[in-house]
Amino acid sequence: MSLSPDLAPTTTGEDIQNYTINFGPQHPAAHGVLRLVMELDGEIVERLDPHVGLLHRGTEKLIEYKTYLQALPYFDRLDYCSPLCMEHSYVLAIEKLLNVEVPLRAQYLRVLFAELTRICNHMLNLGSHVMDVGAMTPNLWLFEIREDCLNFFERASGARMHSAWFRPGGVHQDVPLKLLTDIADWLDTRVPRLFEDAISLVADNRIFKQRNVDIATVSQEDAIRWGFSGPMIRGAGLPWDIRKSQPYDVYDRVEFDVPVGTKGDCYDRFMVRVEEVRQSIRIMKQCLRDMPEGPVLTDDRKVAPPKRGEMKQSMEALIHHFKLYTEGFKVPEGSVYVATESPKGEFGVYLVSDGTNKPYRCKIRPTAFSHLQAMDFMSRGHMLADTTAILGALDIVFGECDR
Amino acid sequence: MHSAPRYASNEGVADAIAKALGKDVIDIAEAHGEIAVHVVTARLVEVMTALRDQCAYQQLMEIAGVDWPDHDPRFEVVYCLLSLTKNHRIRVHVRTNEEVPVPSVTGIWPVAGWLEREVFDMYGVVFEGNSDLRRILTDYGFSGHPQRKDFPLTGYTELRYSEEHKRVMYEPVSLAQDFRKFDFMSPWEGADYVLPGDEKGE
Repeated sequence: MSLSPDLAPTTTGEDIQNYTINFGPQHPAAHGVLRLVMELDGEIVERLDPHVGLLHRGTEKLIEYKTYLQALPYFDRLDYCSPLCMEHSYVLAIEKLLNVEVPLRAQYLRVLFAELTRICNHMLNLGSHVMDVGAMTPNLWLFEIREDCLNFFERASGARMHSAWFRPGGVHQDVPLKLLTDIADWLDTRVPRLFEDAISLVADNRIFKQRNVDIATVSQEDAIRWGFSGPMIRGAGLPWDIRKSQPYDVYDRVEFDVPVGTKGDCYDRFMVRVEEVRQSIRIMKQCLRDMPEGPVLTDDRKVAPPKRGEMKQSMEALIHHFKLYTEGFKVPEGSVYVATESPKGEFGVYLVSDGTNKPYRCKIRPTAFSHLQAMDFMSRGHMLADTTAILGALDIVFGECDR
Repeated sequence: MHSAPRYASNEGVADAIAKALGKDVIDIAEAHGEIAVHVVTARLVEVMTALRDQCAYQQLMEIAGVDWPDHDPRFEVVYCLLSLTKNHRIRVHVRTNEEVPVPSVTGIWPVAGWLEREVFDMYGVVFEGNSDLRRILTDYGFSGHPQRKDFPLTGYTELRYSEEHKRVMYEPVSLAQDFRKFDFMSPWEGADYVLPGDEKGE
């Protein structure tokens, strides 16, 4: 049977109209609840309108009704792939307003676990990126490492994902020595083997390169104008890393390199993240080597609670504990914007205090907002199938984007 | 000394900005190690262009709204700028109310598009010149501006799936108990209420 000529769609001489399709909100490559309204010309993306907010939980509003300490766990639930890095910005913002000094051991522990979080986050992103463009095996191997990371979080804080372990003034509890030695062994043996094996499958893979090289190139000017940060701005070739240029905690005491891309395409962003994992391993080794003994929480009793044992002996300690967990601490009036280098880019907290025990306003700067917004111009002129590669290289998590 | 991100020194920055902006500056304040520049709302675009081109603040990282119901005008819009070359951050503050639009900076930084949409969505601040000022984070068909201080934490509507109608339905919020908000102000730290029994002393 053959199609009669007047039924064939392209021979009638009519105007061919663009085709609008809906991508998501439930799509495995949408990395959450992203809805993309795409206007296609054939298979070429003409215009792309991301609809976000499907995971909006009103975190910023809720925080205004909680004390500073009660608001902390909300940060774990922002970017649930790198929870400790979210807490990092928040506790640093509080510490900046209070001007509290954090013990050195706590600073090392925070950097150690922030870098562990970075590895954990990149394992998820690199794995899902290669899976989005068709490779299955690396993802399974990288998830092995991620599983190890989550076990380490559990041993440090008791929770696999939502740790709530960074506290204003330090960290909640010290880690056992065995955990540190286990992390050291893990860094020496298991991570390099699994990670390098997985990456060797894709880094020089012809299919992977065809899907990523020269896809969504971003110039340095565009990266600046669109407010890029993190691996996105480094992928475009700008050596900008907040850990390096505006060091916080003990990042000025550790040595690491900032990888940059050359062309600003999806492949560069992927490779920047790969190199960042290696640098994170380097930072973690230095932390383990240099970490001193000592307290892990400030001894300012108006900010951090006393030890359990102390509470059994001292009435004053008991009062401090009670006051801190009911009323909470008061933060001096003022406002600060503190941004740290989360695995996805610049994660900032604009904290306004009116001098009471609750934040007056806590604006969270998600990394995904600026990156996702740029997806329109990055996808234009590319094929429909490339949008998943672009989205994979953006590294977006909707808990953080929608707040 | 805290261990928050340490960027370049603030020394001389306020003077340089004051010189570059001239009469558009209302106030430059330095507190908690950060410089906040309060400027005339209507002159925002000129101010931002000058800050980008003359003072080298290349990146707009964040736009935050703040609601101060007791102030007039009530809203504050805060722009967080970053200089990649000078390794420095400043904040630019403008004030507005429900009616007066803030000039959009999308012409200078396209990233402002969504950031302004968010402030519009959350506070109802209008940005003049933003061609795509739709709601962004709230639900399709949502009304009200949730981050305003007079908007209740629970909101006004809740939704559930109705087995009867086979669709998601919106209903007014019904709470099993009142929202509990504890007041921890100590009576001897100047609480502005009278404790029961206090009147007997008079």
